[in-house]
Amino acid sequence: MKIRLNGKDREIRGGHTVRSLLRELELEPAMIVVEHNRDILERDRYEDVAVREGDTIELVHFVGGG
Amino acid sequence: MSDATTTLEALDRPLVIGGLEMTSRLIVGTGKYRTNQIMVDAIRASGAQMVTVAVRRVDLDRTKEEAILHHLDPSEFFLLANTAGCYTADEAIRYARLARAAGFNEFVKLEVIGDQSTLLPDVHATLSAARTLAAEGFKVMAYTNDDLVTALRLEDAGCVAVMPLASPIGSGLGVVNPYFIREIKRRLSVPVIVDAGVGTASDACVTMEQGVDGVLMNTALAAADDPVRMSHARRHAVIAGRLAFLAGRMPAREIAVPSSPKTGMLD
Repeated sequence: MKIRLNGKDREIRGGHTVRSLLRELELEPAMIVVEHNRDILERDRYEDVAVREGDTIELVHFVGGG
Repeated sequence: MSDATTTLEALDRPLVIGGLEMTSRLIVGTGKYRTNQIMVDAIRASGAQMVTVAVRRVDLDRTKEEAILHHLDPSEFFLLANTAGCYTADEAIRYARLARAAGFNEFVKLEVIGDQSTLLPDVHATLSAARTLAAEGFKVMAYTNDDLVTALRLEDAGCVAVMPLASPIGSGLGVVNPYFIREIKRRLSVPVIVDAGVGTASDACVTMEQGVDGVLMNTALAAADDPVRMSHARRHAVIAGRLAFLAGRMPAREIAVPSSPKTGMLD
C-alpha cells in the first residue's frame, strides 16, 4: 500500500503499526518524533497506531542548528 | 575579595531563564560545523550549558549519523530546540510541538522569519506564536528585532526570555544598535539574550557590556578557521564583557587626564 512518508510516496506492506514501520526503517524510536496525519504521536502509542493506505507520516529528529 | 583567585561565581550571579539556572551566559548553536567532533569540542570549549538544535525530517536515504543526539549527550547539554526556517506562526507552532514531543524539555527558541534575504523576523507572527505556545506551557525564548515595543509585547505574551538580534543572522556585523539593545534590557524584566550577528570575540564583549543577560552564537564559532580556539575566545569575551558591565566603566571624555600625580616633580 502507498503512504506519504517524509514528503515522498512510499510503497510499504500492509499491516504495519508505527512501531513496526520504524523497526523496518531501522530508526530508534527514542531518537525521533512521529507526526501521523498531522497528529503528534506519543511514543507509548507507536505500538497501537496502525498505518493505513494514504496516511501521511513525518519522522523528524534534532539536527544541528542555531 | 577581587584577588586573582576569586571565582566567577563570586563575581556574578547565575543566569536564570524560566527557572533554569546556568553559570555560562553563552548559548551556542550546533549548525554548520565541518565535523561533529569539531562541534562537540567547540561547544565544550565555549563553556556553554545550553545549545540550540533544529527540527528536521529524518533523511531516510542517508546515514542516521546526521541525528545530533548521536554526538551530543543531552545529559551534558541543555537542548534548546528552535523553529528556524519557519515563515508563519502556524509552522513555528508545529515545529515547537514536535520538538517538545522529543521529550527533553518545554523550552523553545521561537523564530519566525519574515524576509528571506535579511532573515529578519516577522514580529507579528512571532508574537502570535509566542502567545499560543506560552498558553500551551512552553517556555518561549523569542528571537526578535532590536525593537523595544515588540520586546515588551513578547514579555507580556509570557516569553521567558526575549532575544533581540545584534544584526542579521549569519552576518557577523556585531551590535548595530547598542542603544536599542540597552533600552530593551532596561525595560524588560525577563532575561534579554542577544541572538544573531555577533561576529567575533570583541563583538561578544561589546554585546555583554550593554548589560544584557547573555549571548547566543552559532556561525561565529562554526565558520571560524579554528572553531575550538574561537570558542575559548568567546567564552573569555563574554565573561570579560559581563564583568566590565558589572564593574561599571569610567566615564568617557574627549580630554586627556594624567594618571600620575602632577605634584612632586623635580625642578
